[in-house]
Amino acid sequence: MKQVKDFRIIETRHYNNMYSRLRLRPADSSELPEDIRPGQFVQVAVETPGVFLRRPISINDVDYSANTIDILVRKAGKGTEALLSMKENDTVNILLPLGNGFTTEGDVICGRLLLIGGGVGVAPLLYLGRALKDNGAKPEFLLGARSKGDLLQVAEFEKIGHVHLSTEDGSVGEKGFVTTNSVLDEKIDMIYCCGPSPMMKAVASIALKKGIRCEVSLENMMACGLGACLCCVEDTVKGNVCVCTEGPVFNIEMLNWK
Amino acid sequence: MANLAVKIGALDLKNPVLTASGTFGYGEEFAPFIDLGRLGGYIIKGTTLNHREGNPYPRMVETPSGMLNAVGLQNKGVDYFIENIYPRIRNIRSELIVNVSGAKIEDYVETARRLAPLDDVGAIEVNISCPNVKEGGMAFGTTTTGAAEVTKAIRDVYPKTLIVKLSPNVTSIADIAKAVEAEGADSVSLINTIMGMSIDIERRRPHLSTITGGLSGPAVRPVAVRMVWQVAKAVNIPVIGLGGIMNGRDAIEFMLAGANAVEIGTANFIDPAVTMKVIDFIEDYCDRHGVNDINEIVGCI
Repeated sequence: MKQVKDFRIIETRHYNNMYSRLRLRPADSSELPEDIRPGQFVQVAVETPGVFLRRPISINDVDYSANTIDILVRKAGKGTEALLSMKENDTVNILLPLGNGFTTEGDVICGRLLLIGGGVGVAPLLYLGRALKDNGAKPEFLLGARSKGDLLQVAEFEKIGHVHLSTEDGSVGEKGFVTTNSVLDEKIDMIYCCGPSPMMKAVASIALKKGIRCEVSLENMMACGLGACLCCVEDTVKGNVCVCTEGPVFNIEMLNWK
Repeated sequence: MANLAVKIGALDLKNPVLTASGTFGYGEEFAPFIDLGRLGGYIIKGTTLNHREGNPYPRMVETPSGMLNAVGLQNKGVDYFIENIYPRIRNIRSELIVNVSGAKIEDYVETARRLAPLDDVGAIEVNISCPNVKEGGMAFGTTTTGAAEVTKAIRDVYPKTLIVKLSPNVTSIADIAKAVEAEGADSVSLINTIMGMSIDIERRRPHLSTITGGLSGPAVRPVAVRMVWQVAKAVNIPVIGLGGIMNGRDAIEFMLAGANAVEIGTANFIDPAVTMKVIDFIEDYCDRHGVNDINEIVGCI
């Protein structure tokens, strides 16, 4: 069930000057919605001059035993900058959980799974990887960034499954983009992908060529997050559909990317 | 507690708080956050005779204290609404009003005619002010003759409460309001969005696929309040005010300017429970100011 409520920031972790993780707990100590799925997102109200709409942000992780939710924030503009400047014990108003989420059950997860993330796009893959592992799957990760210092949460991913790395400057892992990583030459049954649009399109085109099932998480600009304003639409085989309700996760067969 | 009931044409609203078309989906989207039955009424998304895909993405950009949109009336058409959506929402205990749009007068007329028999739709709001469709829409709303013509044609086939939604993109909105009143409109609602534009200077491209779009949010509110005040003085039919209402204070401002009821639009995107807070505020305002009937304050400026 969707909820809108205040959350308290109980921990901030700054990875570098661009990325931080905020750990949040309901300010009134109520319980988190019980049905948060990997790939879903939240809408955060940022109260700062020049920012009007909520900011959609992926759910990085959920810990039901601690009643906390993590979001990974990348400095992209005034809204995210204000969010990154918030301190522990500050509160933010959050609308959640939104969107559909990745496939985490069924026959498909029995094969070899590769979770590909670029930049802040790694965010939903942590919770996804954990959920897949809990369901008996063996997720592997392929993470890409410009340089070693831009790779996020690698140690956390390594606790869940094998991690393949690509950096543009070759400072760690294979030199190049995720799309040139040699793991993609191996047999893969399912790809989950989140990252910048050009990266997702390149991954989707490889998956299509090789007949690999592939889900991508889109980041279209949105206003309401509830399917009411029809601003965040993606052109799909079903016509224009709202990314906030019918996505953000789409099977690439649904998208008119070909 | 004060009487909050207001009358718009033949509609008896339990309070003056409505939701603006295009910002509230079909109401169901907001059911997790509010008691829909507590609203005075809700106006569902612009409905056209035939299915419309709307405009290409990007359709929205944030602007100072507001946003531009260019959705372009995406909807599945009036028959789909009647068969698939209306049965789901007709029992919500709040007045259901359908916003009607079209490219040609015949389209408006046919859509209105098909909605007329629906028992639980007490009114239509005719959109002659959409800035985001190439043909029709705002074209009817920017001249007195166009506005009169479409109102007259719909009046002939639609016996229930007929609200006409006016465009602010005109020289004299009061003249347009008078023209639709003369052709039998039961009420006017205003303002629709103000036509605007925003450019991505790094890419040297407009932010919207359609180049221009409709501005909403608190940025437009003073313009809307002024227009409501002008129109309320010019016509004898009830006026519904909207444009950047973010809270109860803003709703009262519109009512003091002459609005008999208000619509909450873009604010629903920021706080999906805002409508309930507006109703609470109005109740409290009446208590604090010794108002026994909300209608007492309408147009007292």
